[in-house]
Amino acid sequence: MQAFDYVAPGNLAEALGLLKEKGDRARVLSGGTDLIVQVREDKRRVALMIDVKRIPELMELRFEAGRGLTLGASVPCYQLYESAELVKAYPGLIDAAELIGGKQIQNRASFGGNVCNSSPAADSIPALIAHSAVCRIAGAGGTREVPVEDFCVGPGKNVLKADEMLVSFFIPSPPVRFGAHYLRFIPRNEMDIAVVGCGVSLELSADHRKCVRARIALGAVAPTPLLVESAAAALQNQEVSEETIGRAALAAQAAARPITDMRGTAEYRRHLVGVLTKRALRKAIERAKEA
Amino acid sequence: MPGKVHVTAIINGEKREFLCEPLQTLLEVLRDELKLTGTKEGCSNGNCGACSVVLDGLLVDSCLVLGVEAEGRSLVTIEGLMGSDGLHPLQKAFLENAALQCGICTPGFIMAAKALLDKKPRATEAEIRQWCAGNLCRCTGYDKIVRAILAAEKSM
Repeated sequence: MQAFDYVAPGNLAEALGLLKEKGDRARVLSGGTDLIVQVREDKRRVALMIDVKRIPELMELRFEAGRGLTLGASVPCYQLYESAELVKAYPGLIDAAELIGGKQIQNRASFGGNVCNSSPAADSIPALIAHSAVCRIAGAGGTREVPVEDFCVGPGKNVLKADEMLVSFFIPSPPVRFGAHYLRFIPRNEMDIAVVGCGVSLELSADHRKCVRARIALGAVAPTPLLVESAAAALQNQEVSEETIGRAALAAQAAARPITDMRGTAEYRRHLVGVLTKRALRKAIERAKEA
Repeated sequence: MPGKVHVTAIINGEKREFLCEPLQTLLEVLRDELKLTGTKEGCSNGNCGACSVVLDGLLVDSCLVLGVEAEGRSLVTIEGLMGSDGLHPLQKAFLENAALQCGICTPGFIMAAKALLDKKPRATEAEIRQWCAGNLCRCTGYDKIVRAILAAEKSM
């Protein structure tokens, strides 16, 4: 394992100063469940490890009903599913938090780290996109906001500049009659990487018969997680039925650009997109009716 | 060349100080610096759970934590489980139920089970199996491990 220096700054300004000084030779350390493995396997060169878990903004978890959730980039997954109000308000995020790794991983790994690792198969990303999450980024030049669907630009690549870091997500409070779901296909029960992942959210009309709006996101079927607007459009202002769910699934299949690799063939993945999109929508509809 | 860092942490209820290089994982610090070899190295990439320890009340893989991150934290390893009256009920139950063969995964499983029973003293079989998804055993087929944890629940 390569040698590096370690610092654990107590405030954001100090961390940003170090990033500006060291540039891409520095890496931000949250839960370390990806980064420490990558450094050990020499897949990433690091001269300075900046542990950001002592910075209040990175560990913030604040929900204001009617407004939204501020989720610090380093907040570990378990804090989401241990909060009763978040379980109720953000079901899609909870689904993802509960299926990333085992308990040991969920106690360390953060959504911020998962998003910055920018794997096409990241479980948190389709869920965050479904919930309309926005990345709050800070850098030497100030702060900016980027919707999660625009954050990744390729496998392992994202919009962060060398002097920038992800500070938190802002996730708006869901409207009434809202439901969301994230699910993935893996060939076992736990502890695996998604062959395909699908996150959806939707809002029903007062009589529960129509879908007012929807968001459908896919993982592991393109170089980055995808927001599939054509699939959402198949549902928007339509009657909720197996027929419209089927049309949305077909649109999602058409938008997927999967590759063949050790986890599955392109053809198999495209099939899974249809199956998972339908299952995710049915579950989200069920949740919206209960909400 | 980065220098060694001085770290102070509470380990198994005792204040311990150690020097470690930033690149050393907590697992390496425990085994190589502090000679606490009860915690085992399996995969060293977060898949097998053999190196599970409880850090500030949370079950973690010590191979995925840097030793320097332990500064000011409280840590419990398998060595911290035995009380003045002998083995921990989980340790006894693993022996009595023959829940181990080669033994490499055992400390990790016992730490995982302890973290579960601290949260949920009457966990069901399904909850035990789900909770232990991050711990791999290549000998037992898991069944005797699950039986041992259920037996420990009854004795606690």
